[in-house]
Amino acid sequence: MKLTIQVNEGPYQHQASDSAYHFTKAALEKGHEIFRVFFYHDGVNNGTRLTTPPQDDRNVVNRWSELSKEHDLDLVICVAAAQRRGIVDDGEAERNGKDATNIADGFRISGLGQLIEGAVQSDRLVVFGD
Amino acid sequence: MSILHIVNKSPYEKNSVAMAAGYAKEGDTVLLIEDAVYAAVKAGSASAKLSGLDVSVLGSDLAARGVAEDKLADGVNVVDYAGFVDLVEAKDSVQSWL
Repeated sequence: MKLTIQVNEGPYQHQASDSAYHFTKAALEKGHEIFRVFFYHDGVNNGTRLTTPPQDDRNVVNRWSELSKEHDLDLVICVAAAQRRGIVDDGEAERNGKDATNIADGFRISGLGQLIEGAVQSDRLVVFGD
Repeated sequence: MSILHIVNKSPYEKNSVAMAAGYAKEGDTVLLIEDAVYAAVKAGSASAKLSGLDVSVLGSDLAARGVAEDKLADGVNVVDYAGFVDLVEAKDSVQSWL
């Protein structure tokens, strides 16, 4: 089965980032294909590399990056939601005159069309959030 | 067309359990995750809303909240994340009641 996952909630907010991560991991372990993970609304905050959670807590951002590296996951951050919340890659920094970037490894910033494509191309779209 | 209805909020906080239960029909499953697992507690007033429906709860979210499986309403299935994936595959579509 081919899946697209949508995450609407930021890390450490309630539990949606954790649920989405564990679901994605379980689906991969069962041999399913994750077409894309799309981060929307406050979910874009899953993609900043500047978080420093306590050492005895899970690192939500790094966990996504590691899963992406391991399984070549396409982690896409919604551009309009990212601009509002200050999630910046090189292209966005140049386009909007920002003096820094903060996007985490494995993530990329793109448009809402990527979510629509994910929904169309996948067998199921599973949404996590508030 | 069977549907997996996913609910993640407590029925004592939001009405999404009741909404999902109202739309669920024969062949569908209601999956309770995160705070929605409280809806499956037999002694809670919300469990009546789910009677007659096929209901599953995520075991790790139950355990995280200290709810023992013997406190659940009759007929409620406990699944792990692999079981969650299987439910997504088994149904024709998925609806998250956010």
